[in-house]
Amino acid sequence: MKKQLALLAAFGFATALIAAPQTFDFKDPKGVNNAAFKVDAPLEAINGTASGISGTVTFDPENPGATKGKIVVAANTLTLPNTMQQGHMRSAMWMDVTKFPEITFEATELKNAKTEGDVTTADAVGTFTCKGVAKEMTVPVKLTYLKDKLSQRMPSMKGDLLVVRATFTIKRSDFNINPGQMEDKVSEGIEISLAIAGASAAK
Amino acid sequence: MKSALRLLALAVLVGALGYWLVAGANRGWTKTSVPIKTVDDVTGIEGVTYRKQFVPGVDFLAMAIAGSVVCAGASFLFRTKRPVQTSNEKEPNPK
Repeated sequence: MKKQLALLAAFGFATALIAAPQTFDFKDPKGVNNAAFKVDAPLEAINGTASGISGTVTFDPENPGATKGKIVVAANTLTLPNTMQQGHMRSAMWMDVTKFPEITFEATELKNAKTEGDVTTADAVGTFTCKGVAKEMTVPVKLTYLKDKLSQRMPSMKGDLLVVRATFTIKRSDFNINPGQMEDKVSEGIEISLAIAGASAAK
Repeated sequence: MKSALRLLALAVLVGALGYWLVAGANRGWTKTSVPIKTVDDVTGIEGVTYRKQFVPGVDFLAMAIAGSVVCAGASFLFRTKRPVQTSNEKEPNPK
């Protein structure tokens, strides 16, 4: 009886180990992770990127619906191809990056999660914080779990990768980004596209 | 001076237009850097880095046109020098 109990305990422990959610770190040493943003303007759309991505996501391949995490974008890495426009964007009138250095999205739950192979699509429910204003949002996300692929990106390491993709639109006025001003020159909606990869090193 | 200003206006206009055309005739805003996209083989993520490069846009053209108009306009502030007629110069014989 004792032997059976020990075996049962060992099996339970092993199952718990296998099914344990993994934590993926999104600080990318290769510098590929980026958040792109697009704002409509009369002459041409203003396209920019932000490269200062960090944060962690807890993902369980056996239960992708339980995914949680927080992604942080360093506001002072918001970049535009025109230095004058970039200066305006980072200034107190627009993004005020000195006072509000971080843009974050903290996912608390995934709804409508559907998994096919290594790809999970879902609606991430969480809090988007920009320029000090926090707002509850639901963002469609696509998660791609790449088992044992970390070594292909970083040969000295072994582990898994998680790619997160999301595209959503926020309103300037919701986040106090120069609200009600210059709407003829800069659109009210800002389209944000996130394409980031996180690493979970094998222990 | 008048002619010099008008020539300068023409040079600014032609030079700016030529430079804009050679640099790719960008019909958007002037750019001081251009995005370079690279795709990560493993994740398929498209990364963006920026290379410093001046790409003149329509605002650059507008500035050049404005500069040219100012030069050409300033040329009208100068009077054309007329040859001074002296009293002992012979008048052409009336027919």
